[in-house]
Amino acid sequence: MIRVIERDAPVIPAKMDIEDLNVYYGRFHALKDASLRVLPHKVTALIGPSGCGKSTFLRALNRMHDLMDGTHVSGTVKLDGVDIYAPDVDPVQIRHRIGMVFQRPNPFPQSIYENVVYGPKLYGERDANKLKAICEASLRQAFLWDEVKDRLDRSALVLSGGQQQRLCIARVIAVKPQVIVMDEPASALDPIATSKIEDLIGELKKEYTVVIVTHSMQQAARLSDFTSFFLLGELIEAGTTSEIFTRPKDKRTEDYITGRYG
Amino acid sequence: MAGRRLKSAFGVVVAATCSGIAASTLLIIFGYVVVQGISAINLPFLLEVPRPVGVTGGGVANGIVGSLLIVGIAGILATPVGVLTGIFLALFGRGALAEGIRFLADVLAGVPSIAIGLFAYTLFVAPFRHFSGLSASVAFAILMLPIIIRTAEEAIRSVPSTVREGALALGMSVYSATVKVILPAARPAIVTGLLLAIARVTGETAPLLFTAFGSQFWELNPNNPMAELALQVFTYAISPYDDWHRQAWAGALVLISVVFLINFFARFALRTRFS
Repeated sequence: MIRVIERDAPVIPAKMDIEDLNVYYGRFHALKDASLRVLPHKVTALIGPSGCGKSTFLRALNRMHDLMDGTHVSGTVKLDGVDIYAPDVDPVQIRHRIGMVFQRPNPFPQSIYENVVYGPKLYGERDANKLKAICEASLRQAFLWDEVKDRLDRSALVLSGGQQQRLCIARVIAVKPQVIVMDEPASALDPIATSKIEDLIGELKKEYTVVIVTHSMQQAARLSDFTSFFLLGELIEAGTTSEIFTRPKDKRTEDYITGRYG
Repeated sequence: MAGRRLKSAFGVVVAATCSGIAASTLLIIFGYVVVQGISAINLPFLLEVPRPVGVTGGGVANGIVGSLLIVGIAGILATPVGVLTGIFLALFGRGALAEGIRFLADVLAGVPSIAIGLFAYTLFVAPFRHFSGLSASVAFAILMLPIIIRTAEEAIRSVPSTVREGALALGMSVYSATVKVILPAARPAIVTGLLLAIARVTGETAPLLFTAFGSQFWELNPNNPMAELALQVFTYAISPYDDWHRQAWAGALVLISVVFLINFFARFALRTRFS
């Protein structure tokens, strides 16, 4: 198994360093010994057929598995060298630093403004002017400001699916995370909304580190710098996106990207 | 082809007829109560207390106020217990304990209200040696509980789990995600459940017979026997006086209108719910 991207390894310290990650749902061994280095200010795509463990891997990155009974995680996931699964680490602090965007847009049933400032409020910001500024900056960064600036007090649920998803991204940006993990963020959206989200992800990597699960290989090819291929709970191969898509080392990777299964 | 159409037409006719019967029952009852009761509804009826037997006139103001107090206190007693139980069942309700609670709530919903009245009598009337509005509130609260529990559970369950995950992924604790995100989203449906529970007990009479007991006078102290509208309707209806019969119909009209209104508001609250 290819564990690291050798060429870049000595130059840039990894933002996240995942080693021997295993996830069990009850008795089912959903993720087996996955190791990956995630480099800062890059987009890392996780690809593979349904049920291959890529979402399971992603959710382990901000400890979302903690919330499900019967799920067991082993291995280390380091963020800037600190294991986020260490006993003295507060998962709430981890989720502050590693934001998550879900497959289906999940705005809270409140106003657009309230959605964006939820996180900052949670982390203690009370100043109304600062909150407004955070709201505008986050919405601008999520390419949503111009579409909603006149109706910040309207319910977030009146927005279209694509707008809702960008709102959810703004909500994550508002807490200034270091890493944003995304679980198929465009799979429930139409092509135009999808392309907006993709443009947005391209912008986001300037400030954040992005890890994205995607079903679409074209999407991975378009917007990621690094790609990891998962199959049957194993991380088969990781490398730069161009390597994976042009010169895969593993036969199974090649079979997948040439459309033999999935 | 023709046979299939015939069957379809037959099905439509049967379904429409049954729906008509179901809907018209309520309309007939309501219409009958209106016809019988409207003539006795006037300001004195709504603003005065009963006159002594044999003296015509008087009203049911003490019963209306008594109903408000008894049902209101019942709501205050039942709401926190019911809503919190609903939250527990919806969010953490997987084990044998939760299944047990669900089962008990379902059984409680089916217990005859007169049995619950007897229970309240044994617990809150007999030991104190006097009837009270409060004991009626306790009986009503018990009647409301299963409705509140199940509607609150349903309301919270209907909030998409992705919303909960989003809140937790933002770094909220389970507690603040529940209080700040899930409960506000479920609030309209929970309120609807409360209103339906209130409408349900507003029409109850049986538990009042040996709890609130009834009163001919103004009584605002829930520790004393109190008048209650449904109970007054019952008492008046089985009396031998024509004037009281008219007042019973008028009281029934007030009751049924109140229940109508509550249901209307419950509908309205439900329409604006989270989707």
